[in-house]
Formats: sequence, C-alpha cells, structure tokens
Amino acid sequence: MITWLRILGKSGLGWLAVNGRAGVFIVNTLCAVPNVRKGFPLLIKQLYAVGVLSLPIVVVSGLFIGMVMSLQGYSILVDYGSEQAVGQMVSLSLVRELGPVVTALLFAGRAGSSLTAEIGLMKATEQITSLEMLGVDPLRYVMAPRLLAGFIALPILTMIFNVVGIWGGSLVAVDWLGVYDGSFWANMQAATDFKIDVLNGVIKSVAFAFVVTWIAVFQGHDLTPTSEGIGRATTKTVVYSSLAVLGLDFILTAVMFGDF
Amino acid sequence: MHSKTLEVTVGLFMLAGFAALIVLALNVSGLTFSESKSSYTVYASFENIGGLTARSKVTVAGVAVGRVVDITLDKDEFAGVVEMAIESDYDQFTTDTTAAILTAGLLGEKYIGLISGADDEFLEDGAMIADTQSAIVLEELIGQFLFNNVNE
Amino acid sequence: MKDGSANIIEIRGLSFSQGDRVIFDGIDMDIPRGQITAIMGPSGTGKTTLMRLITGQIKPDAGTVFVNGENISTLRRNDLYRVRRKMGMLFQSGALFTDRSVYENVAFPLREHTNFTETMIRDVVLMKLHAVGLRGARDMLPSELSGGMTRRAALARTIALDPEMVIYDEPFAGQDPIGMGVLLQLIKLLNTALGLTSIVVSHDIHETASIADNLFVLSQGKVIGAGSPEQLMNTSEPRVAQFMKGEADGPVPFHYPAHDYLDDLLGGDLL
Repeated sequence: MITWLRILGKSGLGWLAVNGRAGVFIVNTLCAVPNVRKGFPLLIKQLYAVGVLSLPIVVVSGLFIGMVMSLQGYSILVDYGSEQAVGQMVSLSLVRELGPVVTALLFAGRAGSSLTAEIGLMKATEQITSLEMLGVDPLRYVMAPRLLAGFIALPILTMIFNVVGIWGGSLVAVDWLGVYDGSFWANMQAATDFKIDVLNGVIKSVAFAFVVTWIAVFQGHDLTPTSEGIGRATTKTVVYSSLAVLGLDFILTAVMFGDF
Repeated sequence: MHSKTLEVTVGLFMLAGFAALIVLALNVSGLTFSESKSSYTVYASFENIGGLTARSKVTVAGVAVGRVVDITLDKDEFAGVVEMAIESDYDQFTTDTTAAILTAGLLGEKYIGLISGADDEFLEDGAMIADTQSAIVLEELIGQFLFNNVNE
Repeated sequence: MKDGSANIIEIRGLSFSQGDRVIFDGIDMDIPRGQITAIMGPSGTGKTTLMRLITGQIKPDAGTVFVNGENISTLRRNDLYRVRRKMGMLFQSGALFTDRSVYENVAFPLREHTNFTETMIRDVVLMKLHAVGLRGARDMLPSELSGGMTRRAALARTIALDPEMVIYDEPFAGQDPIGMGVLLQLIKLLNTALGLTSIVVSHDIHETASIADNLFVLSQGKVIGAGSPEQLMNTSEPRVAQFMKGEADGPVPFHYPAHDYLDDLLGGDLL
C-alpha cells in the first residue's frame, strides 16, 4: 500500500517538475531578447522549415476533407430537400472546428515531431553545449526562432486549409453533385459570420500554435540525449500536442459558441 | 538552400496566408463594408415568437430590410416583444403594417415578414406594430387537426 | 580579466553527487596558467562532470571553483556567458554545426560576438584554419570530414576568439596513429604559440604524458595522484601505479565481485 502511494507521489512530483521546467523554459525563451537584425534570418529559415514544408500535407488534407464533407453532407441533406445548405455546413464545420483542429494535429505530427527530433539531435551531438561554450545562448539562437516560427506558421496554414477545403467542397457540391452554385455560396455567406466564425477559428489556431510549438520545442530541449530518448520525446510531442489541442478545442468552443 | 530563394518562398507563404484570410472574409462569410447603414427601431408584440432569435432577418416580400435586435417579455401582457432595426432607406411602412413570424424552408430559421397596409401615416422610430401573427407551433396545429377530426 | 596569478583555475573542497552516487568528495586542484595540465583516471570517474563543473554547466553541491579569480557557481547567466568566451572547449565528437560548412562553423563565434567586417572575418577564419591545417577544406560540410578532420575543424572554431584556455575532452579517443600525432602536435603548438592554458581530459597515458606539464589522476571521487608525468610514472602509490602502467589487476580488481568459483561450477544455482 505504502509502496503504491510512494510511486504515485513520486510520479506526481515528477509530473509537477516537468511542468515547472516547461514553464520556466517558455518564459526564459520568450524573454531572451532577440536581436532583430541577427535573429531575423534565423526566423525566416525556421518559417520555411516549419511552414512552407508543411504546405503539401495541409493542402492535400484540406482538399480531401472538404470534398468528403461535401459528399457526406449532401447525402444526408438531400433526403430533407435541403441540399442547398451543404455550403454552409462545409464552411461552418471547417472554419469553426476542422480547420483549426485538423491543421494543428497535422502540424504536430509533421512539424512538431521534426522540431523535437532536430533539437534532440543537436543536444545529443553536443551542439547545444557548444553554443553555450561559445557564449551563445541556445534559447535565443535555437529555440526562440523555432517557437516564433510555429506561432506564425500554424494560423497561416489553418487559413489555407480552410480555403482549400471550402473550394474542394464546392467542387464536389456544385460541379459534381449539381447543387446550384448561387445558393451554395449565398447560403454559406449568410450563415458564416466573420467575427463569430472566422475570427474565432483564427483565435483557436493561434492558441493551438502556442501549445503545439511550445510542447515540441520543450520536448526537444528537455530530453535525454540518447537515441531512445529522442524517440520517446518525439512520440511525446505528437501525443501530448494532440491531446492538448483536443482538450483546448473543447474549452475554447464552449467559451465561444456555448452560450445557450 | 540559397537564402534569397528561401526568403522569397517564405514571403509567398505568408502572402498566401493573408490572401486566404481575405478570401474567408469576403467570399465565405460575406463580410461587407457597408455595415454602418443607419436604421430606426420598430417594435412588435407576439403571443408566441417560436424559434425567432436576435439577428434574425426582417423582410418585406422576401427582401431583407432589417434585423431583429432584441427579444424581451412584456410582463403585463405575457407576450414576446421583438425589437427590430429597419434600415432608414425603408421608411414607408404604414401604421397598419402586419408582422408575421415565418419559417424559411423546412428546417429553416424563423424570420419576420412585414406586409404593408393602407394607412396614410408611416411607422416612425419607436413605433409599435399592432397587427401581428405569431409563429406556427406544431403541437397546436396537431391539436386543431384532431379536434376537427373528432367533430366530424 | 587576467589577474596574473599563477593558477588559472583553483578548486577547493569540491563535492558533487548524482543521485546516490558520490562523484567528487571534497577535491582540491590547482591548474597553472600557460601550461598543459592533464586530468586522467579510469572510465567513469567523472572527468566529464569535472569539465561541466569548471565551465559552470552544473553547480557543485559544496566547494568552490575559481576561474580567473571568479567563483563560477555564483555567476549570473550573462556573466557566465562572458567568462565562457574566454574558455574554449573541444568536445569528443567535435560538435560542429552540421548544417553549415567548416568556414561558417569557424566564422560563427566571430559573427556572434564581434562586429568584424566580412573581410576581417575571412582573414581570421583562414588563419585559424591554417593553424590546424584545414585551410583547403574550408568549404566542406561536417558530414564530408573524417573524424580527425572534424576535431581539427572544431579546434579551429574553439580558438576563433583567442580564448585564454582550452579544455580538450578525450581528444585522442578513437584516433589512428597519424591523427593522434597531428593532435598532439597541435595541442603543444597552440599552447606555446598562443600562450594558452590547455587542460586535457583523457585516459591515454602514453600520449598525454608525452605533452603534459602536470598530471592529476582521479579515482573514486578523490585526487589520488598529482605532479609531473615523471613523478607519477615512478610513484609507489599502488592505485596510481596500476593506472599509469596499465596493469590488468591491482587495486582495481580484474574479477567483478562474485561467488566462490568452485561453488558456481558445482551448480550452486540449481539447489
């Protein structure tokens, strides 16, 4: 009995310790005052690695998700004679929920895991320590650019996902299934409000960007510098980010859309 | 990768993001920049407002002329008082205008349809529409149907 | 700032434990300025930990480490980075930045800490690369270099800002004889030519003893031998003697503690 309590207590304290380190980490990194002239090229490079290189998966996923939604939506709505509503269904689902959440999950899997692995490998080959020995703060040089790049890239990717998804939805509904394109777009525009739907979606994606990138960079920074360590940390990034995104999504949705 | 190509690509990426946001604003959510049309307030009282909510449309002959701003309960009459904002361009509703709560399509949302009357005076800011028709409630309809059937 | 004292590093009463394991138990060391000092000992005695304590990467449980008259463990982040610019550390793996060329690696500290123009940087980088013999390899990527060349390139980067001292972490590990000879010559040369203090952490006795001016032997958390190479080679202290002569059996036993041999053979486990 006591052994179980001791194990529980130890892992509880361990969990608290990790979260504490993560908190200290993010504060130190964000406060590592960046030299704009020197830091900007680093940011650009990371934006490329994290944002531009994630475009293919985001665009393809967005397209297919939009098309499938349109197809499924049509098959349900046509029984009620309301197939004109498929436009607003696709747009609201994407802009409010699927866009931010799915893009964040894809980002965690693609860019998040690569960030963790890259930083972890730098730690394992002592490049991080070399930076410290050369008098360069690795938080400023390595971590901060990646963090900022994630914060900027994910909302942009979400926007692109939404647009591609809606376009895919219109392809299926209008061009294939024969929904009248006037009512498709008109119903969508009537039902989608910029402030309530689009902007809330953007706020969600910003919140997800913060959480996913923080977890990814911290796991890389904090891991044991062995090959198993890197493997475990990469898995943790994907799992923790995904859970955090889904949990945060519920909270944000309840706050934004839950006043009944 | 050469840094110039890198910078250009990242710039394009960010541009694509902003363009997407603009597309979402204009094409998807129909954001217009004519939000600041002036309007005047008109009230109407209903026995049953059904599923009418704030921001529902107010139409005449199917054309949107305003929005529902607020719905409150009149404690004396126990009726639902709907406050509507009608665009100032449409200021020629006679004082005997009727307001009815209608449904758009089968699953549709509720909206208010106005039918103008024949009086000489027009509705002004703060006026109350007297002649109203409440929303159709399904249970009452079924009740009436059964009642009629029993009678036959 | 150089305070001109004879010792660049003074360690007093240093204690450090990792979990339940005591790594250092109140050791004292003086590392003289301008000389080559070797720190040696059997594997796992915490030589790398000592390096980390000297460079301030970890804090001791007790005791002090003075570098150039400053107490390392009490320094704040910015001061620590300032002090580190005067130290150079050469890692066992070289730890070059893998995404850029040799030239860019050596130029990195110059770009970060100085306002040199590109031409000035070029001059300094070429000089440092020439000193280690890699001027012709300046555009190669780390993945294209051999192990020995990687270490030399990393060394060029370490001395780019002309530090006062350089710490070599196991520089001879896994080197072929020629590579070994190159490194030995470089360490000696840089020490005299640049007036550096060199600290070599290693367990290659023969090579290290051939260039070191002073030697420290660590074992089980204590300094068991200190002095010049000749002194330690002829010592009568058994643990140091076993280490210096590379004897398989002695105070550090050959057999890991186990049951009596006969009992084991007669199948004691099956009972």
